[in-house]
Order: sequence, then structure tokens, then C-alpha cells
Amino acid sequence: MVIQTSNLNFYFGKQPVVKSLSLQVPEQSIFGFLGPNGAGKTTTIKLLLSLLKIQEGSISIFGQELQRNRLSILSQIGSLIEQPAIYGHLTGRENLINRAKLLQVPVSRVDDMLTLVHLKDAAHKKASNYSLGMKQRLGIALAMLADPKLLILDEPTNGLDPNGIIEIRELLVKLVKDQGKTVFVSSHLLAEIERMATHVGIINHGAMVFQGSIQDLESISPPMIQVETDQIANAANFLKSAGHEVNNVTDTYITLPYTSKDAVAAINARLHNQGHKIYSIGKVQKDLEQLFLNITKNA
Amino acid sequence: MKGFLLSLQSEFYKSRKTLGFWSAVLLPLLLTSLISIGFYFKSAKLAAYPGKVLWAQFSGISLGMMGTLLLPIFIIFIVYSVNSVEHKSDTWKTLFTLPIPKWSIYSAKFFYAFFLILLCLMLFVAFTIGFGNLLGLLKPELKFLDAHIEKELFDIYIKLFLGSLAILALQFVMSLIWKDFLKPMGIGFVGTIVGAILVTNVRWEYAYAFPYAQPLHAIMGLSKKIRVNSDLEIFTNEVLASMGIATAIFILGYFIVKRLSIK
Repeated sequence: MVIQTSNLNFYFGKQPVVKSLSLQVPEQSIFGFLGPNGAGKTTTIKLLLSLLKIQEGSISIFGQELQRNRLSILSQIGSLIEQPAIYGHLTGRENLINRAKLLQVPVSRVDDMLTLVHLKDAAHKKASNYSLGMKQRLGIALAMLADPKLLILDEPTNGLDPNGIIEIRELLVKLVKDQGKTVFVSSHLLAEIERMATHVGIINHGAMVFQGSIQDLESISPPMIQVETDQIANAANFLKSAGHEVNNVTDTYITLPYTSKDAVAAINARLHNQGHKIYSIGKVQKDLEQLFLNITKNA
Repeated sequence: MKGFLLSLQSEFYKSRKTLGFWSAVLLPLLLTSLISIGFYFKSAKLAAYPGKVLWAQFSGISLGMMGTLLLPIFIIFIVYSVNSVEHKSDTWKTLFTLPIPKWSIYSAKFFYAFFLILLCLMLFVAFTIGFGNLLGLLKPELKFLDAHIEKELFDIYIKLFLGSLAILALQFVMSLIWKDFLKPMGIGFVGTIVGAILVTNVRWEYAYAFPYAQPLHAIMGLSKKIRVNSDLEIFTNEVLASMGIATAIFILGYFIVKRLSIK
């Protein structure tokens, strides 16, 4: 395990913010740390980075106890916490050079990073004039500058446009696949995590309500087939009589359990042969979103 | 040590485009050039003075201004600017997640503020000597070239600097804890006024122990010494008190930084 916490508790005054948190982040994984705003994600990240003092429990990173090995652990971590912390009076490039000097990284890496996050053209612009998305990308470049083994990113796609989100996602996936890095990424958006994470932890009101691989999460709520057709009720009855299990029927959709691609094709063919007009049919994971909401609401 | 040097280099890199850094250069340049212009146009009136007296008058103006109000206010501003770079950009959290000891980050910042104040005061010495000699060349009736005060002036400014270390340390810790400028500025300003009253009006015998009174206390009556060429005692009570208080606060400040949680 790259990150392992046990029974981590943290209080702001008397109010518990993190409750008995036991994180398990395997090596070379993208660990999606999910939770609604105010669930304790950023506090947990600050504890992992030793910005907040541990009050109860313990944190071990790379198999070392955090408090006693703070500097050697931090030297292998790149992080981005909340809004990117950038010196507005310096240019994007100067921000990177300043960090490169502090970390004793060759300055040539600065240009590589600028290219990587597509900020080469804006490299000589004052960072205070950057858009939120550009600041976020510069923050990611700063986090990756020293080529760390572990990246801890707090809502890294905040403020990015759809292209930017895709780029960051692809970049993180590539870093894990090609370079064997581990990425710990927090988000309040399930859909975003679902698309890139290999492992998921869901936190709500400071407590972990789910932790496991993305497959584990999917298995709690299996994928569905959603069919949009005319005469919904007739179509649903027909599918039932043909031996299909129908989970749900609304005014617009029929929802059935997903088993295989062929099963989807068979349902499509049957309805078509029966004279139904099929407007859309496909595998949906929408219930996962529902599950996430249920988990976080009920917890 | 490496972390300290890296942090110090970074402090310079970050501040080299800010008013905080440039004011350390511009303040002595501006003040001494204005005084020089005054002397240039009043040269006929000043031609009667012998070299030593002229130097004492010339250097005494900026020294007096710095000693009473300007230096404490300048320290408040400089020290704030060193810490506000991080407050403004919300970068404390990144600094403390770097593999650099907190002690190095803290002491480099402190040392950098210390360096900027020293730079400013040493530039006062350099510009005073430089402009004085220039005036002596441009207006030979001003007898600047007849006398030399380099050593005396250097000693006085060093004394002034050492006497202001307690203010520096106090203001540094305050601006480290507080994000907004008004609190350290307000406390510093009130302290400076109280200090000036204690030294000049009340003439309290223990004024040397009060940080904001120390710079003024340290240089009171020193321009006379330039005139009579007497030796200057640098480590007087107020200077020793200032250095002692500064050391204590510097150490205390580290424990504050060490325990600082980034919320």
C-alpha cells in the first residue's frame, strides 16, 4: 500500500471532521476519493500532507510513518490542494522555475511541464492574469515538476473546460500506466472518478462509507439496459412475457439488468420484430450515481 | 543548511519584482538625492561650515528621519511584504508540503527580511557618502572633501540596525500569524509613537527595554559624535536589549511556525 491510514480522527474544536478513517491506497492505482462538498476530503488530504497535525490514529506513506519521516515522504509526493497556490506577480514559467530551484530539479524540466499542460504560449504571462483553468493546469505542472511517485490532487479538474478535463484524465491514466505512479485524486463528481479511477473511497460526514476497486463499486450496483421506445407499457409487458426481468418502467424508459452485449442486441431485435419503435437502447451506469447519492445521503 | 540556502534564493527570486524589495533600494536613493538637491541649491548658505559639521548636517537629516519614524514603519512594511507574498497567494500550504524543513523556510524568510533592512541601511551609508562627495566636486565651496566620516556613519547605521532588530522580530512574527496588514501595522504604528514619546518627551529611564523605542534611543545625539570625532559605543543597553529580544522572539516564532496548522 502506498497510503495507509488507520483510525484517523480529526476535530476542528469539538466538531469531528474526519472519523475513524482507514484508507488503503494500493501502488500504481488511481484512487478516487469521492464525497460531497464538506465531507472531509480536503482535511484528509491536509492530514496526508502533514499540513494538519494528526490528533488520533496514524498515517503511513510508502510504508513509513508520516510524522517521523515527513521530509523523505514529502520528497516523493507532488500535491495540489484546493485552489492552486500560485504567485500571481510571477509568470507561469517563473512559478515553475522558483519551484524547480527549491526542489533542485533541472530548469529544463520547466519547459517540459509547460508543454505537458499546454501553457507554453502563456508561459510569460503573469499568473494573476491566468484563467482558473490555466491556474489549475499550472498547479498540476507544479505538482508533477519533481517527477514524484505519488500525486495527491484535490479536485484537479475544478474550473477546467471539458477538453481540459479529458486531458488531465488522460494524463493521469498515462502516468499510472506508463510510469507506474500512484494518483490519489479527490472529487465530488462520481462520473469523473468513474472514468479514470481503479479504486474508490467514498467519504461522507468524515467517515468512509465505501472503499474498494471500481469493479467492487460497480458490483454493488450492476449496470442496466435502458430502452426508450413507443408504447412503453406494452413493450415492458412483452419483455416480461418473453422471460426478461424488468427492473423499472417510467414514462420514457424501461430498465432491465445488463448481462451482455448480445443480450442488448437480442432485446433490440425482439422489440423491433414485435413492431416497436426503438428510439434508444444502451448500457447505463446511472444507478451508480444513484448509489453514490444514496450512500452519501444515508450515511 | 541546504534547505535554508535554497529557500533564501527563492525568497529573492519571488520578491525581486515586488515593491517590498525595490523600496529597500529606492528609499535611501530617494531620500539622499532629495537632501543632496537641497544642499546643492543652498550651497551658498552652507559654504561657511567646516567639513565635519557639514557632513554631520548632511547625514543627520536622513539619520534623524530614519531613527524617529521612518525606519520602524519601513520595517513594518518590509517584513509584512516578505510574509504577505505567501498570504496573498495562499502558498503557505505548498511551502510546507515541500521536502524542506520548516526551520529552513522560516529562518530563510526571517533572514531575508533582516537582509533587506540591512541592505537599505547600508545603502543609506553608501548614498550619503557618495552624494556628499559628489556635492563636494560639483560645488567646491561645500567642504565635503575636507573631511571623512565613513567609519562613523557606518558604525551609527550598524547601531541603528542592531537597535531595530527587536521591532523586526516582533513585526515578523505578527505578520506571519496575521494575514491582514492592519493588525501588524496598527500595533507597530502605535508602538512607534509610544516609543518616540518614551524616549523624547517622558525620557523614561527604562525606555531602552521597549522595542519600538530602541532605534531612536540608539542614535539619539549621535550626529554630535560625527562632529567631534569621538568613538562610538555600539553595544549600548538598548542595542543589547534589542538583540536579546529579537533572538527570543525569533526562537518563539519557530515554535509558532512548527505548530502552525494550515486550515
